[in-house]
Amino acid sequence: MTIRGLTKTFGAVDALKDVSLEVKPGEFLAVLGPSGCGKTTLLRMIAGFETVSFGEIEIEGEVVSRPGYEVPPNRRRIGIVFQNYALWPHMSVAENIGYSLKVAKIAAGERKRRIEEALSVVSLSGMGDRSPGSLSGGQRQRVALARCLVAEPALVLFDEPLANLDVHLRASMEDEFAAFHKRTGTTVVYITHDQAEAMALADRIAVMDHGRIMQLAAPQTIYHEPANEMVARFISHGMVIPVTMRTSERNGTCEADILGQPITLRCSTGEAPRSGAVVCCRAEDVRPAKDNEPGFDGTIKRVVYQGGVARIDFAPAAAPDLNIHFVQPDPQPFAAGDSARLCFTGGWLIPENTQTGNSA
Amino acid sequence: MGVSAPEGQGQRMALTAMVVAVIVVFSLMPMLRLLQEIVLPGGHFSLAAVGKGLGDPVVWRATMNSLVVGLGGTALALVLGVLVAFIVGLTDIRMTQALVLCFVTPLMIAPQVTALAWLQLFGPSSALLHLFGIAPPLGTPNPLYSAGGIMALLGIQYSPLVFLVVRAGMRRLPRELVEAAKASGAGPFRVAGTIILPLMTPVIVGAAALTFVSCVGNFGIPAFLGIPANYLVLPTLIFQRLAGGGPAVLSDVAFLSVIIGVIAMAGIFLQDFYSRRRDFRITTASLPPEPYALGRWRLPLELSMIALIAVILVLPICGLLMTSLVRGYGVMLTTDTITLDNYRFILFEHAASRRAFLNSFSLSIAVAIFAVFVAVPVGYVIAWGKARWIKWLSVSVELPYALPGVVLAIASLLLFLKPLPVLGVQLYNTVWIILFAYLARFLVLSVRPTVNAYAQIDRSLEEAAEVAGARLFTRLRTIVFPLVAPAAIAGGILVFMTALSELTVSALLWSSGAETLGVVIFSFEQGGDSKYASALSAVVVAITFLMMLGVNLFARKLPSGVLPWRD
Repeated sequence: MTIRGLTKTFGAVDALKDVSLEVKPGEFLAVLGPSGCGKTTLLRMIAGFETVSFGEIEIEGEVVSRPGYEVPPNRRRIGIVFQNYALWPHMSVAENIGYSLKVAKIAAGERKRRIEEALSVVSLSGMGDRSPGSLSGGQRQRVALARCLVAEPALVLFDEPLANLDVHLRASMEDEFAAFHKRTGTTVVYITHDQAEAMALADRIAVMDHGRIMQLAAPQTIYHEPANEMVARFISHGMVIPVTMRTSERNGTCEADILGQPITLRCSTGEAPRSGAVVCCRAEDVRPAKDNEPGFDGTIKRVVYQGGVARIDFAPAAAPDLNIHFVQPDPQPFAAGDSARLCFTGGWLIPENTQTGNSA
Repeated sequence: MGVSAPEGQGQRMALTAMVVAVIVVFSLMPMLRLLQEIVLPGGHFSLAAVGKGLGDPVVWRATMNSLVVGLGGTALALVLGVLVAFIVGLTDIRMTQALVLCFVTPLMIAPQVTALAWLQLFGPSSALLHLFGIAPPLGTPNPLYSAGGIMALLGIQYSPLVFLVVRAGMRRLPRELVEAAKASGAGPFRVAGTIILPLMTPVIVGAAALTFVSCVGNFGIPAFLGIPANYLVLPTLIFQRLAGGGPAVLSDVAFLSVIIGVIAMAGIFLQDFYSRRRDFRITTASLPPEPYALGRWRLPLELSMIALIAVILVLPICGLLMTSLVRGYGVMLTTDTITLDNYRFILFEHAASRRAFLNSFSLSIAVAIFAVFVAVPVGYVIAWGKARWIKWLSVSVELPYALPGVVLAIASLLLFLKPLPVLGVQLYNTVWIILFAYLARFLVLSVRPTVNAYAQIDRSLEEAAEVAGARLFTRLRTIVFPLVAPAAIAGGILVFMTALSELTVSALLWSSGAETLGVVIFSFEQGGDSKYASALSAVVVAITFLMMLGVNLFARKLPSGVLPWRD
């Protein structure tokens, strides 16, 4: 599937602005973003439930949406797994799964075989005669999965499918989705606001904010090399801290001063000293400084014990408004109000002035 | 705390006592009195009235007729109502607001006015047919004077009822269920047939039961179309017997009214049973489905909707207006013969007609005001009460309206035939007995939207006032009433409009000097004065329509779902 310059306006509001992306056959793409970022609108436009204002959508080489031309959803060969499952309450499990086959006028025998097959793929064999209402949340989600894979769609869309499940079920359904994807090799676009889900499942993640794609890259790249401040802050509560650059890039690193501490930072090719540079540091890039080690002083603001480790919030004396946080394993040496000296062990220099980035 | 708790308790008990008193007086008492007349006449157990009724072939025929026209009318109303609800709810047809307003209007017009209007349209004296020179010759019977005519008009009268119920149900249909079917490759007709229709089945069955009860209990249409053809249904049989025999036959007609009540209850229970068996309740909150784009079919469909409105609303109203403007039976309507004499006659000359205006307006205003002020506490107890018996309470409020009006009229007659004990006041043969019956019958029309409004209000608004120290009555006055007042007042307006041209109850309860508009229209038509009946009906329709439009101006301030004619 390819999306080119997709824009959607609702009245005066731009829900999507110039979104372009390409999903390779068999790829698992997660679209990740805070609520209201436009990810659901994107999914509904791919499915054909919303018209496009500008740009176009292409599925399997055929343009399905462009302004003034829309292939209706029922002729797009897509499958959708909805957040609320959307199982038809007046049909049995087997009827739910077989609906698209019936629509496609598949003969009854063949239909039965494929329903059985789909049921066994989601480990629900023998449950075909049950009504959706008698199933647990996880089972319903699996029926929804079977319903969409039985039609062998070109593209499967997941609309926050785990948001309604409890934590334990979520983990096991994640495994199930991953196994489903591996087994069937279907192309998947997976909408979520949960980073852990996206990281665990996706080949690539598209981070969205305010209707734009902020970064489209593999999970590791998103985490370690955020393309801009938004991605840096959004993923795992990254810290964004001003730095003074001292050298240009060489072999993917450069030298800089961060809160007075000299440090070697990872950076992209061609970086040269500039004003206003910022760095993205993760919690694991911070630790208490040893004696005589370069670092920076400040005050412990808060110690939140999380079992085995504590998350510690720290205000550096040089810039008290910055919140530095890190994870301290037991035993806990700090209490709120203590003075301490910390140091950074690394960081990623955020590239200059880019609003969107494709570093795949 | 120690001091205020008993006081708060006292106010709560006073409120509950008041609500219970209203329900006992207006709902339970009439029904119990009716039952007593059937099995315990004069205080002794006897089934004589039942035996006499069961042995009467006329009663059997009327019962059969009631079932036949009830089922026929329901079937027609279902087809029409569901079709329009699907078109309005699922397609991108334009002008839905105006369409809904026009389609729902027949429901707001009294049945006898609908009947009269259609009679004017089709009869040998039809001014409209004369205009085109295709009127049947004078002396031939009107084709609507038949079972088929009654069914057709019942269907048209109550198809808006089906429409409103199904439309409301479709708004609760989560769009994901439709979208999942689209993604499975289903086209529009298959989605409608295999997903939406089955999901709407309980709603449609509910609408069918409601419509069936309304059809069986309808008096106006079979009175205007059936009596001339001697095709009697139970309500018209009761009317004829009571008109001929007076209070002496009250015990016999009480049994007839119980038959109607039983048929109506059977419909309600059937629906309840069916909806329990197939519970398709959809719990998730979601948006309704996106409308289907009709493309080049949009204009033809819109035109056929306009044609439908023309047939079921505009043409009969035209027939009514034209008859009201001619000098006499069978006279052609030309620029020479057009006259406003009929209007002058009914507005200024005819004494009973002038009295009827006064009576109907006073009754309707009194009932509407009462309904608004009772609906607030009753709604409070029903919507926010916690006790188990509350459910029964809401059922008993619905009872006098759910059961056909004839049943309530007979019950009121039985209650007030003798002067009130202790007080010695005579209500029978006065306008007060009509007032009592109206209060009992129409109360629920304002309670329903008020309960609906309570459900949309966050209870914590009242709890905040409670924490601030306000006692129950203070809270009701300063917090609750302002919040639910719009819905209660809209309900009161519905009560007013319904009571203004009401016929079923007043046809059995009226007396000389206590005529209502409905009764006067009916008397004119029975006496062969269609032109006066039409003129009076035209005035009533005009008032109704103006009120609908007037209330529409304030619709934005009302909670959703209060005004039936607003989409």
